[in-house]
Amino acid sequence: MSRKLLLNNVHVEGIHTYDVYRKNGGYAAVEKALKSMTPEEVVEEVKKSGLRGRGGAGFPTGMKWSFIAKPEGVPRHFLCNADESEPGTFKDRYLMEKIPHLLIEGMILSSFALGCEQSYIYIRGEYMYVLRILEKAIAEAYQNGWLGKNIKGSGFNLDLSVSPGAGAYICGEETAMIESLEGKRGNPRMKPPFPAIQGLWQRPTVVNNVETICAVVPIVNEGGEAYAGVGIGRSAGTKLISAGGNINKPGVYEIEMGITVEEFIYGDQYCGGIKNGKKLKACVPGGSSVPILPHYLVCKTAEGTDRLMSYESLAEGGFATGSMLGSGGFIVYDEDQCIVRNTWNFARFYHHESCGQCSPCREGTGWMEKVLHRLEYGHGKIEDIDLLWDIQRKIEGNTICPLGDAAAWPVAAAIRHFREEFEWHVKEPNACMTRNYGLVTEKIFEKVNA
Amino acid sequence: MSEQIQQIKVTIDDQTIMVDPGTSILSAARQIGGNVVPPAMCFYSSLKGSGGKCRTCLVEVSAGSEKDPRPMPKLVASCSTNVMDGMIVKNKTSDRVIDARKGVVELLLINHPLDCPVCDQAGECSLQDLAFEHGASHSRYEFERREFDQIDIGEYIKLHMTRCILCYRCVYIANQLTDNREHGVLKRGDASEIGTFIENSLDNDFIGNVIDVCPVGALTDKTFRFRSRVWYTKPMDASCSCGKCSGNAVVWMIGDEIARVTARKDKYGEVKEFICNDCRFNKKELSDWKIEGPRQIDRHSVISANHYEKAAPIHTPLLNKA
Repeated sequence: MSRKLLLNNVHVEGIHTYDVYRKNGGYAAVEKALKSMTPEEVVEEVKKSGLRGRGGAGFPTGMKWSFIAKPEGVPRHFLCNADESEPGTFKDRYLMEKIPHLLIEGMILSSFALGCEQSYIYIRGEYMYVLRILEKAIAEAYQNGWLGKNIKGSGFNLDLSVSPGAGAYICGEETAMIESLEGKRGNPRMKPPFPAIQGLWQRPTVVNNVETICAVVPIVNEGGEAYAGVGIGRSAGTKLISAGGNINKPGVYEIEMGITVEEFIYGDQYCGGIKNGKKLKACVPGGSSVPILPHYLVCKTAEGTDRLMSYESLAEGGFATGSMLGSGGFIVYDEDQCIVRNTWNFARFYHHESCGQCSPCREGTGWMEKVLHRLEYGHGKIEDIDLLWDIQRKIEGNTICPLGDAAAWPVAAAIRHFREEFEWHVKEPNACMTRNYGLVTEKIFEKVNA
Repeated sequence: MSEQIQQIKVTIDDQTIMVDPGTSILSAARQIGGNVVPPAMCFYSSLKGSGGKCRTCLVEVSAGSEKDPRPMPKLVASCSTNVMDGMIVKNKTSDRVIDARKGVVELLLINHPLDCPVCDQAGECSLQDLAFEHGASHSRYEFERREFDQIDIGEYIKLHMTRCILCYRCVYIANQLTDNREHGVLKRGDASEIGTFIENSLDNDFIGNVIDVCPVGALTDKTFRFRSRVWYTKPMDASCSCGKCSGNAVVWMIGDEIARVTARKDKYGEVKEFICNDCRFNKKELSDWKIEGPRQIDRHSVISANHYEKAAPIHTPLLNKA
């Protein structure tokens, strides 16, 4: 059994209420930090823990915190990024829905560590019911003196509020989120200056993902070194994985980083194998933005070693034979799924969600969607595959924010690993409309056996 | 001379120049001048916050600074990246830049109607110049192009959104020249459009300047629409006494008639002195203006063809300084 740090109390009846949460050891970390630690010590513990951002990029949290500028007399802000919109990812919703006080506790700790007196949770507009849960929890925290002026006599003040977005994926990008919080159109800002120097209202700001903030609670409770002991190498701690697709048991799982991908897909305590006894065809291990992996690269790396659920192992081999842990949206495809259709679906999403600010992403995402649509519906040409490759190459790395990259990578990976399936769509336009390429031709298997 | 600012060294396409700290790569390149200047569609030096959007000014930084000579992994937007001491930048000499720029031009053009033959901006259009220099001769885009209805915003300005490349310049100028926020960008992605909320008119003394800052033919002067191709008109520097603006403008003449009035643009297409609507739209009589002499059009596009080519030497501040 792997250890659980965030979800150990999730099945306790009524854990979303303050009383039950408190009885189960809640707010102990805040008590400890406010009574016996300085803000610098909290930052130090987080640094020691090796915690990395859980939103997708995996940037070390302690380091991010230490970058925040501390000019005299300028308030700083701490923001929680709850704009979880990556297709395939639903871990933050689960956390906020089940144990909202854990997030609030993490927000208090992080704000204390960074010296912020006004913090915000930016939640996506579609999570309206979660917003109500959070608002209720915040009200309870205020009533019990965990928020507000002079918290528990420590002299630390914190106000916390929740702001909903209006349903734009781009507002999950931190600078777009800041713009949106300021009441403007959610266009990402140019970097530098980074938010740690000029963020919300031009003040130093740190933005963290829900899961990252929650992970600060066990770090303060048990100490940074203890947290670093969980997991493997530089991938410390546990990670929530939202597993979906053709598996027997979709859902949110907390795993200790370092278990094998094979155990995660086929293990009974996790996904429980592929549904209906079918074969694994492909897997997107970290949300729709990361490159798709064909089945022969899912459980093993290109070198033949076991692939583990960790930042490093999933990225092994670079984009040629690897992928990314990303936000942990683990999507599994069985033999009946059509990769072209899936890629088209992702491209459609990015086309719809591009903010339209910079030209490569605004124009390129739409073009890719149209070409993929043509391929999927049997009107494609063989040159379209090279054209797609060319378009994604022109987008990647040339945009203001990472949305351009996120739109380009899945297309690139699909062509890289499933080119034959794209070609089949061109060569057999009638067949591709009546059945899926799947593993029917077994070509993909031949490739492995050869 | 009271305070000596420590100048820093930057090398762009093997040409080195000393500039003040805080200068962007693009303006350092403009100080060198000539071939090393990256094209810019959205950046406008007098508009705060502009730039970074069109991605045509991407350059390669092959050494970040003297202290940290590592190259930057991605191409950077030269208009919004500041130079560091000892930075080495590649523009025309980098194949990556040429390739990326060609890609950006192709992407900018896929939804552009390419209706240059009937567009008033033809001849002085930045996109036309850019496509001519960096674009491919044909498009690989085989789908329907994005289309919008033409809108009249105000009495004098026509918005032809289909031609727009969403540089946001007109949004910035309206925000920064006028009291109220009058228009902005609606919707998102490739459906975004410049617009006013529920077709309000733009009503401000200086709003006509959105026409001058527009790099393409999306915002055009209704008093000049379809009157003439710009290269058949004769630009003359002219001034008038105006209470609202400086009164320094360019009048574009057909014979003895003033066909249109614009502000004076420098060689990068940027206006330094904005003019008021009154001068731009209403003063169309020769008696309204004091003609100062032929306007030197310092642009390499068709607009400068057969215009006073052997006139006074081109004003080059750098040469004069040296």
